[in-house]
Amino acid sequence: MPREDDQCAHAAAEQVARRSYGKLVAFLAARTGDVAGAEDALSEAFAAALADWPAGGVPDCPEAWLMAVARRRSIDAVRRRQSGEAAAPRLQMMAEELEATAARETDIPDDRLRLMFACAHPAIEPLIRAPLILQTTLGFDAASIASAFLVSPATMGQRLVRAKSKIRRAGIPFRVPERADLAERLDAVLEAIYATFAEGWSDPAGTEVRRRDLAQEGIWLGRLVASLLPDEAEALGLLSLMLHADARRAARRDATGEYVPLADQDPALWDSRSIDDAEALLLRASTFGRIGRYQLEAAVQSAHVVRRRTGRADWAAIERLYEALAAMTESPVVAINRAVAVAETRGAEAGLAVLDALQDDSRLADYQPYWAARAVLLGRTGAMEAADQAYARAIGLEADPAVRRFLQQRRQELRNR
Amino acid sequence: MKYMLLIYGNEAGVQNMPKAEVDQMLAAYGAYTEAINKAGVCVGSNRLQRTSATTTVRTANGKTSVLNGPYAEVKEQLGGYYMIDVPDLDAALAWAARCPGASHGAVEVRPIWEM
Repeated sequence: MPREDDQCAHAAAEQVARRSYGKLVAFLAARTGDVAGAEDALSEAFAAALADWPAGGVPDCPEAWLMAVARRRSIDAVRRRQSGEAAAPRLQMMAEELEATAARETDIPDDRLRLMFACAHPAIEPLIRAPLILQTTLGFDAASIASAFLVSPATMGQRLVRAKSKIRRAGIPFRVPERADLAERLDAVLEAIYATFAEGWSDPAGTEVRRRDLAQEGIWLGRLVASLLPDEAEALGLLSLMLHADARRAARRDATGEYVPLADQDPALWDSRSIDDAEALLLRASTFGRIGRYQLEAAVQSAHVVRRRTGRADWAAIERLYEALAAMTESPVVAINRAVAVAETRGAEAGLAVLDALQDDSRLADYQPYWAARAVLLGRTGAMEAADQAYARAIGLEADPAVRRFLQQRRQELRNR
Repeated sequence: MKYMLLIYGNEAGVQNMPKAEVDQMLAAYGAYTEAINKAGVCVGSNRLQRTSATTTVRTANGKTSVLNGPYAEVKEQLGGYYMIDVPDLDAALAWAARCPGASHGAVEVRPIWEM
């Protein structure tokens, strides 16, 4: 039954690929310093598996089998690259270490965290860190990553190649940094994970499967980091934040696919299990007494979902949290959110005053949420003309058709008043 | 791995520094050099003469030209180097950060192409 065996081999290889791809890449790369080489060796090993397993049967421990093949390929690759170079001692050491590990190998150590720290090293260009983590730990190809980050596949491919080459040539270590550096370095890892999640999140309808998956992959990476560094408050905070946001996925669109802003969402549509997980994580994070931006942002989410029980978001808490965030990040985005909270606690005029203070920030000229927030608050104060103009700016800056329709409808409502 | 720590700084700035400040900087370099040598990671190091002492040679189409001055006119000039042998980039970056040149100008960390 060669066909059946074939399918079985395919399925086994695919299952291993999906479950352990990042683990195998991380294991090899951490020992050779060569990410691209590790990926090549693994793809060759998977090809060999598909050729061998249908005839010889799927081995008892497919992961170890793949690793054995990939290890040999990996050593060959280093040898090829360094022939003529005096790399013999390093090669010898590497070969011995790989052999030694493989000898007692049924359980391949999980080096994915080390790999992520290498990918998010300060010597790596910040914008390529998230794509690099997606490719190396999850096996995404350059084309999928490129489409998620709105870059041409050729450009993305080049950047990934360059970054991997930098890791190898510059001798970037595969290591969880020492205490003194951990917070700062972890921040880069968390930022890359959050960027992954945010790319997926930016497709609110979840119409593009690829993007929706990216949000799930971000959560998956967040879970991985939180499980490997369970005492890092910000790692827990980020996971909490992502779970909170993800819990509201279904509520972001109505039955006809139209955009529903947070304030109008039906709490019954929120995923209460996700919210409970998120709340537990945030509570645990807070016990370490090391506050950070992800915990604060998760706490904002938490203050929003209070609405499940009280019928109203805890705007006073939200205002305080955004104040703390503003002091930490000086981000105009945070300032806008604070203005919205101030409008809830102290009235539209006070909120507008906060927005007015931002006027000189040139980054806001093309930032939709600033204009949308202005439009809403101006409308509440009765400055119809100015509100109408602000809506026009917001509509012109919005890329999502559903959100655009929503803003147009609000603008119309204002005109009809 | 071997790395070059290439020290860049504004020559003119150093020339116009008050003597006390120059002395302080040189003392800092002295201490750094001693530390990096004692740690057993330094392969070699030198301070370079000013770019006014530099001559640039270029051969094109079989013709050699000799020009007074550095290869490129830039605001910060290469003023010296340490070559170190350490396990990885993080170790090299830690030494670069301690170098007095990092606070006066910048230290470029460049891996050596091993032959």
